[in-house]
Amino acid sequence: MSSDAIPRQPFDARPLQLLAAIALAAGLLVSSFPTWATLTLSGLAMGLIIFVIASGLTLVFGLMDVLNFGHGVFVALGGFIAATVLGVQGAVGDLSLGASLLAVGLAAGAGMAVAGVVGLAFERMLVRPVYGMHLKQILITMGGMIIGEEMIKMIWGPGMIALPLPQGLRGALPLPGDVVLDKFRALAALVGLTVFAALLLVLNRTKLGVLIRAGVQDREMVECLGYRIRRLFIGVFAAGSALAGLGGAMWSLYQQSVTPQMGAQVNTLIFIVIIIGGLGSTLGCFVGALAVGLLANYMGFLAPKAALFSNIALMVAVLLWRPQGLYPVGGK
Amino acid sequence: MIKALLSHDLPRNRLLAVLLIATVLGLALTPFLFTSIKALNVAAKILVFIILVASYDLLLGYTGIVSFAHTLFFGIGAYGVAIACSRSEDPGWSAVLLGVVAALALSLVLALLIGLLSLRVKALFFAMITMAVAAAFITLASQLSGLTGGEDGLSFKVPEMLRPSTEYFEDPFLGASIDGRFLTYYLLFAATVVLVLMLLRIVNSPFGRVLQAIRENDFRAEAIGYRTVVYRTLSNVMASQFACLAGALLALWLRYNGPDTSLSMEIMLDILLIVVIGGMGTIYGAVLGAALFMLAQNYLQDLMKLGADAVQGIPVLSQLIAPDRWLLWMGLLFVLAVYHFPFGIVGRLRLKARS
Repeated sequence: MSSDAIPRQPFDARPLQLLAAIALAAGLLVSSFPTWATLTLSGLAMGLIIFVIASGLTLVFGLMDVLNFGHGVFVALGGFIAATVLGVQGAVGDLSLGASLLAVGLAAGAGMAVAGVVGLAFERMLVRPVYGMHLKQILITMGGMIIGEEMIKMIWGPGMIALPLPQGLRGALPLPGDVVLDKFRALAALVGLTVFAALLLVLNRTKLGVLIRAGVQDREMVECLGYRIRRLFIGVFAAGSALAGLGGAMWSLYQQSVTPQMGAQVNTLIFIVIIIGGLGSTLGCFVGALAVGLLANYMGFLAPKAALFSNIALMVAVLLWRPQGLYPVGGK
Repeated sequence: MIKALLSHDLPRNRLLAVLLIATVLGLALTPFLFTSIKALNVAAKILVFIILVASYDLLLGYTGIVSFAHTLFFGIGAYGVAIACSRSEDPGWSAVLLGVVAALALSLVLALLIGLLSLRVKALFFAMITMAVAAAFITLASQLSGLTGGEDGLSFKVPEMLRPSTEYFEDPFLGASIDGRFLTYYLLFAATVVLVLMLLRIVNSPFGRVLQAIRENDFRAEAIGYRTVVYRTLSNVMASQFACLAGALLALWLRYNGPDTSLSMEIMLDILLIVVIGGMGTIYGAVLGAALFMLAQNYLQDLMKLGADAVQGIPVLSQLIAPDRWLLWMGLLFVLAVYHFPFGIVGRLRLKARS
């Protein structure tokens, strides 16, 4: 079958133009190029970390129609595991860039693995019995959130744990002009872009991706074709949790500390992001996360008090423009 | 008479009826039965939470929508009274009234706006949006420190009649000193009785039946000809008004209000836990649930502490029953309740009566 059999939907570029418009407006207001570039780069980096965290949530929702209110637990878990691994390595001392990268990579990898495994258990014990029941899902995953947070408090204590960056990742990258970009933010941006590329690649170019997308569209039909959609679901849930763990590790390194309450705090942020993006859409989540990151940085510079409300203002504005989010996912 | 008062929605189980009567009697007689200040505080908190949770039950249990902004309206009510009373050295009833009315009006507008913006879509969407709005509001309350006292909150005086220093009789009557605090307690008690009876009236009215229809199958309800958006929004608005009143009562009792006492996410979780464990869609569940939960929160922790001391040294066990971990057990109970007895304690008791 030729690819012309079904007319391709034209790509909707207007949400991307929104990003450009935000950046442009900020450029006019900031009116100093190095400052603007610095803010933009850090905003994009922050947005990419948020994207990593939120991508798992939106993926799980898109495929399984499960909104995991306990997603934040995996974020916090990733952060705590990363803190433990870095602590064990003693990786806060003098380390070269390479060694620091390795240390952070190990920490984030461990966070990802543990979050993924716990995600499997979470799916099995809590989510599985309530597929298709939205109200119960919200309640159950919220219960999971409470239990998870308490467990974290039990293991790591209720207080904040400081998480300094390894030596090699401190400081800024040498960039032309007076543009400043922290090394860690650059790394985070790289990770975020990799995750985004990998997700797009898997979803759009592999058989697994076809199955996942088909499952989103019409679950029964995929089952009729003989695929075990259950297994696919579990895999996606674990992957989503693992991404949350990775994002949590990056986020807590970015904040340089981790608290048990981090999960709940991040939850509201990523909810805003995926509402902006359109529930279930990966591209929308990407654009939404970048918009939130950019706006947070610009507003933090221009009007620090108002920055606290920039997210919610953005969400309301986007919903007034497109009530289903930037990239609505059809078929439900 | 009782039937009419309870809107013909009787407990329908002897044990449940006994428990409810015991709760009401216990709350009615607390100032005479217990002399400690802690007991009276716990009882007052139970009263406030009964209204708060029962109004949340109207949303979650009867209409089937999950809101995380219920503490928002609770907080608005509490801040309304707090701000109005803290403006003057000697606030009278007019200040309290002004605060309550302003808070009710603000809640009404906010609930309408949130409802119209997000109730058209799915339950999930509403839950997420309310969560975001509530978080923004907490930030707002702590930022507007000129108005709300920021993180520290506001301490204020209540009308003279309700002040603890106002003594009505020289001697204690039946072991209770009849002072402003005593009066405030019974103000709370009367308000709770009236508001809960009103809620019972609402959920047992034709309007309440439509809400239940929407909960069971919104598509079908829409098909029969009910505008589900309108009903959901109305339900949200009504619940917000009750929550707002509960907040005002809390502020009157505490003579203080801050973000942690009325707005925080922890209170929202408490509400969720109480309504699910007590029994969704029953209103009575709120009464029993609030009483049990508050007793547990205030006294079970002492018990856990005793237990934790007893098993000190055993690594995991002593961690598990440490008093700080009581929320863990509540969370587990919550999950079990959602799975195995979705109508909570009340539903369980009623089910037994039928079989």
